[in-house]
Amino acid sequence: MSFGTSTDEETETGPGYPLRRIVLYVTLVAMAAFYLIPIETGIMTSLTNPSSYSGQFPYLPPLEPLLSGTGEFSLQPWQNAVDLLGQGLVNSAILVIPATILSGLLGSMAAYGLTTVSWRGQIAVYVTFVAGIFIPYQAVLVPLTQFWYNVVPLRTAFQPVTVLPFVQGYHWKLVALIVTHTAYGLPICTLLFRAHYKKLSDEMIEAARLDGASIYRIYRRIILPLSVPMFAVVFIYQFTQIWNDLLFALTIIQFGDASVVTQELVGLGVSQSGTNFPLRMAGALVAALPTLLVYVLFGEKFAKGVAA
Amino acid sequence: MRNPLQILQRRLPGRRETRTDGGTASASTADGGESFLSRDSVRSAPFWLPPTLLIGVFVYGAIGWNVLLSLTDFTGLGTPDYGSLDFENYVVAFQGGTPSWSELTVDPIWNSLGNTVVLVVGFAAVCLALGLLLAILVDQEIRFENTFRTIYLLPMSLSFVVTAKFWLYMYNPQTGLINIALGAVGIGPVEIVQNPDLKLAAIAFALVWQFSGYAMVVYLAGLRAIPDSHFEAARVDGASTVKMYWRVIIPQLRTATVSALVVLTVFALKAFDFLFSMYGYQPGPSADILATRMVREAYSNGNWAYGSAIAVVLFLMALAIVSPYIYSQYKRGAL
Repeated sequence: MSFGTSTDEETETGPGYPLRRIVLYVTLVAMAAFYLIPIETGIMTSLTNPSSYSGQFPYLPPLEPLLSGTGEFSLQPWQNAVDLLGQGLVNSAILVIPATILSGLLGSMAAYGLTTVSWRGQIAVYVTFVAGIFIPYQAVLVPLTQFWYNVVPLRTAFQPVTVLPFVQGYHWKLVALIVTHTAYGLPICTLLFRAHYKKLSDEMIEAARLDGASIYRIYRRIILPLSVPMFAVVFIYQFTQIWNDLLFALTIIQFGDASVVTQELVGLGVSQSGTNFPLRMAGALVAALPTLLVYVLFGEKFAKGVAA
Repeated sequence: MRNPLQILQRRLPGRRETRTDGGTASASTADGGESFLSRDSVRSAPFWLPPTLLIGVFVYGAIGWNVLLSLTDFTGLGTPDYGSLDFENYVVAFQGGTPSWSELTVDPIWNSLGNTVVLVVGFAAVCLALGLLLAILVDQEIRFENTFRTIYLLPMSLSFVVTAKFWLYMYNPQTGLINIALGAVGIGPVEIVQNPDLKLAAIAFALVWQFSGYAMVVYLAGLRAIPDSHFEAARVDGASTVKMYWRVIIPQLRTATVSALVVLTVFALKAFDFLFSMYGYQPGPSADILATRMVREAYSNGNWAYGSAIAVVLFLMALAIVSPYIYSQYKRGAL
């Protein structure tokens, strides 16, 4: 992609030039190794048979008969990790999909109402949104727990829904967590959409208004189709944030059948007989796989999300 | 020659671009809609009101409720009693002592407050320095730029819990890579994760690993926004590369530094997930930060009101850092 830009560099020929480039690339590769080694070590260890794991060369692939001390290759840690984290993975999926879609959709609507349609005082409302991005969540935890456990009778209100197939009693906690993540994800979603909507041409909206299009119609017919690239950015960002969260899950779900994958990962691979590192690393990778996959596939969009 | 660069700039997260564009756009629409003001705000209410209510209840309502809870004596099970409100929890938080809701002495928060400041400052400083260095390196018109950028930002897509698992392993005295590397140069196995002298540094280092890529992205966008003529002028004047960056380029990255600093600080204040994954509720006195102390007091010890009081202190710290930033953004018309 960026290869083209290196052409004008080639005209620059000083005496120290090749050496400088070599030092530059060596540094870049060394830094890449710094970021990749913990993950690489994790992958190699996760593919080692726990009973043959010695910990001597955690960073080498497990090739026991060929290379002694590296352990035997085995997919067993991954199988065990998927078995042990299975319920958590399902719960995380139940949580993350609706919460991502809801926060993205509401964020887009809020940004539209606070940007494209223009009225006095909208900046003040918007500032309260932006401030919400920077809140340390500790400042709302105790009220949140009170709210979901003692104020809103969600647990009992949820009972009738459990007659539906696949719906379990403990799912009410996931509903609470979906609403919570939607609310706290809204500020950043609104910010991202607003930055996008400010760049849209005013003439187009003005023309649609003069043609008599309602605010609702402008949103559905003009803004929403133009928001598709931003929805991708927002969905990727929110998916990663919600999938990776531990704090809200810990304080709202607390424990039990509704636990999400990050909660289950915390205690994985620790038993009285010691730490099972292959299982632990496999578990960490299983829990990280959805976000890693999203990142590798849509890295550019993720970078766009974090930079905003 | 200009063209590929411009394309590249557009493809990168362009902070500068958004701001200048946005400023004019909002100004012109504000003039245009003057006569329909009241009607537009009402008619667009279905769009902005539900999200605003959600944020109003969950963010601001909850913060207010938290302040109220911090004035009660709420502990254990049951419901809080809002009948007798006082500042006892704050006195205890700053002076220690035995509060009326407990028979035990409660430690003040100075220790965790100090750790929080050390962690935030150390982490943010190293992160910014490393991020700037990486951004300058990546900005040298290198090959495989996208690949390098993708790798540097990769850890940021991971959960704190996953990062903690990886680094617990890296730091392990017997099987960890850090100790294997130290052993290769003749330094015996060092206990890192449970070592009171190294804990905080180990946490900060792992967080730098996770977030320095973010600082790089922000700085890279800042560097790409500086006109080429500034680089060329410095070159013509015969400035060395180091001098050029130090005197001409880095001073222009102030905005990027401030915004990266604010976000990194907020990340560090949220480092609870990471510490919890490493130490559970008990990181020990040398690594206890306000975030872990608050959750431990509330969810492990059942001292809900005291936890709320600590949360208020944490909130005020975040506010002190963030509100000048938001205000300056507002003044510049960047919101």
